[in-house]
Amino acid sequence: MEKNEKALFAELDSYIDSLPSKQGALISVLHKAQDIFGFIPKEVQAHVADKLDIPASKVYGVLTFYSFFTMTKKGDNRVNVCMGTACFVRGADKILEKFERDLNMKANTTREDGLWSVDGLRCIGACGLAPIITVNGKSYGRLVVDDVPGIIEETLAAKEAK
Amino acid sequence: MHKTRLQILICGGTGCISSGCLEVEDALVAALEKHGIRDEATILKVGCFGFCEQGPIVKIYPDNTFYVRVEAKDCEELVTEHLLKGKHVDRLLFKSPITGELCHHHMDMAFYKTQLRIALMHCGMVDPENIEDYFGVGGYEALAIALNDMTQQEIIDTVKASGLRGRGGAGFPTGNKWQFGLDNKSDKKYIICNADEGDPGAFMDRSIMEGDPHAVLEAMAIAGRAIGADEGVVYIRAEYPLAVNRLNTAIAQAKKYGMLGENIMGSGFNFDVHVHLGAGAFVCGEETALINSLEGQRGEPRLRPPFPAQKGYWQQPTVNCNVETYACIPLILTKGPDWFKQFGTEKSPGTKVFALAGKINNVGLIEVPMGTTLREIIYEIGGGIPNGKKFKAIQTGGPSGGCISEKDLDVGVDFDTLTAIGSMMGSGGMIVMDEDDCMVNIAKFYLEFTVEESCGKCTPCRIGNTRMYEILDRISKGLGKPEDLVELKELGQIIKDSSLCGLGNTAPNPVLSTLEHFMDEYEAHVLHKKCPAGACKDLVEYKITEKCIACGICAKVCPVDCIHPTGEETKNGKKKYVIDQDACIKCGACLPKCPPKIGAIIVE
Repeated sequence: MEKNEKALFAELDSYIDSLPSKQGALISVLHKAQDIFGFIPKEVQAHVADKLDIPASKVYGVLTFYSFFTMTKKGDNRVNVCMGTACFVRGADKILEKFERDLNMKANTTREDGLWSVDGLRCIGACGLAPIITVNGKSYGRLVVDDVPGIIEETLAAKEAK
Repeated sequence: MHKTRLQILICGGTGCISSGCLEVEDALVAALEKHGIRDEATILKVGCFGFCEQGPIVKIYPDNTFYVRVEAKDCEELVTEHLLKGKHVDRLLFKSPITGELCHHHMDMAFYKTQLRIALMHCGMVDPENIEDYFGVGGYEALAIALNDMTQQEIIDTVKASGLRGRGGAGFPTGNKWQFGLDNKSDKKYIICNADEGDPGAFMDRSIMEGDPHAVLEAMAIAGRAIGADEGVVYIRAEYPLAVNRLNTAIAQAKKYGMLGENIMGSGFNFDVHVHLGAGAFVCGEETALINSLEGQRGEPRLRPPFPAQKGYWQQPTVNCNVETYACIPLILTKGPDWFKQFGTEKSPGTKVFALAGKINNVGLIEVPMGTTLREIIYEIGGGIPNGKKFKAIQTGGPSGGCISEKDLDVGVDFDTLTAIGSMMGSGGMIVMDEDDCMVNIAKFYLEFTVEESCGKCTPCRIGNTRMYEILDRISKGLGKPEDLVELKELGQIIKDSSLCGLGNTAPNPVLSTLEHFMDEYEAHVLHKKCPAGACKDLVEYKITEKCIACGICAKVCPVDCIHPTGEETKNGKKKYVIDQDACIKCGACLPKCPPKIGAIIVE
């Protein structure tokens, strides 16, 4: 694990070193960091601050400003429920609630066992399929509440098959 | 362009990919190979056809047949029937919901009849990942004209003469913006393309970038030439991975073919474009916030003046336009400003792309001349409201816009008319709502969005909108007081007047417009503690009437086990079911389970 982490930091460093200029690069670096680590914990923030020669408070300030960045680790299975207006008027809130009930967790958190994250997402722009969700990158459109248990089962089965 | 006998166009936009167009492509290839005609057909994944509701869409040339909701399992039949025998596969044709007729061509459909494509002209026509396709439809001709035959001022005068106004929402005349960019002298200037399409329920810009990325790049280079900039940046949402990929591919190809880079077409003009990913902040659609974000800062708006055309990106003169605005530019140069001005209204020439969604039959991406009425958009292009429900409102302009009621449906849509009726054009999101949508709840939904997205820089927006949200929340829970309605109006006006940027200036619009047009619903919540649409959970009760036949299906689906057979006896001696109101979480799961012919469960 220790060794792994080192490799990840090295990957981030080589990206930062390859930038033509460090000026204004913070957001691109944070994107890369999230790509590499999956989330941006304190240690990574401090590391980025060092490398870019800016205060850690600035890194934290920028990171928390943007909803795309996260400081907590996401679950093994990631459910994103589109909460754009088109999905909302077609019942996305009910879909989100059903996931909360069936997985016994709150939206916009990761379940304690680390198996699931359920998030309400900004519009993904597939309004023709409203309400739409993605589970581990796979889309499910024109959903009704009763589809949720099947999707959960399918996701677990797919993981098991792997 | 493509010399094979047959061309098969598959919509490769995000919407159609979500509904499975990639599987359709694989299945088509397999079927073509199986029948030994793979080399007779070219398969092209093109940009959005617009009719997202019916995706994945497959179009077959030369006879221009439009197939809808095609699945992988249909491909064998498409190949054997259509391609080999020349017969239409009727079950995959669009059937008019009104006349029941089958439509072979897209122009037979009411959805397309009144549309006019300028910004979307090449979407669904060219392969966005192949620059030669774009050359084939006259691509980069406008840039050649701009570089060889026109002075900087002539380019700007042409854009001015076209009357083009910024499609991002505010409607500022594009030519004037470019003029400021030219007039402010500096060695270094920038062109920015605002592709931070943050409105929930809007996907116009994404579709243009996915379907016709070269048009945007070409226009940015023209803008660069016009003001004397040599660098362009596309600021795009990270949530649009496909658009990002296609743009990057397009930039690499344009460089390879000498359409971007140094000494473009031998003119001595240099122009380079790169893509910058946003990180999920709605306020970054505001141009000065966007510039801060580009510089790696929190996306907080700057004070204006100085305007970006004076001191923008890295304090240099910067011209920033929206994706759709750029997409109109090449045609204005090649066809002339008078051609462009013949469409639309006097003060808002041209067309506008809208993302039509919500409670509407034909969800999709549409482009219509300015001045088209909302009624035409909803009932002709949109095909009306599904499931026989009644129209209630159409929301334009996203969280910055307002809700428009039935009485204003005959207004022709342009920048000025929409503002006059308390909404705004915005970037072009249009969400249709029906009788089941509660307008208080909708206003609350939008305000929750703005409260979350407010950058926090100025007090009226940060605190004022939070207070408005709290009041709305109270009202939706049945705790509202009559004076709340007065306070909402006052507070809304103060926030509009005193916020620094466009986000705060427009945030109260959804509340103010619903107060204006749907006061009766607010009154029902406040005075009678009722939600007429049955959407505000705290104000509704699910009840089982005497029609109950004690089948017990509802009790089986209740997640909190609050439905029990404790009522009177039915004819066959069983006890009727009753909902325990204290335990009920109002999830509504029982409602659709009660057999329609019984209909014992009601919402009050």
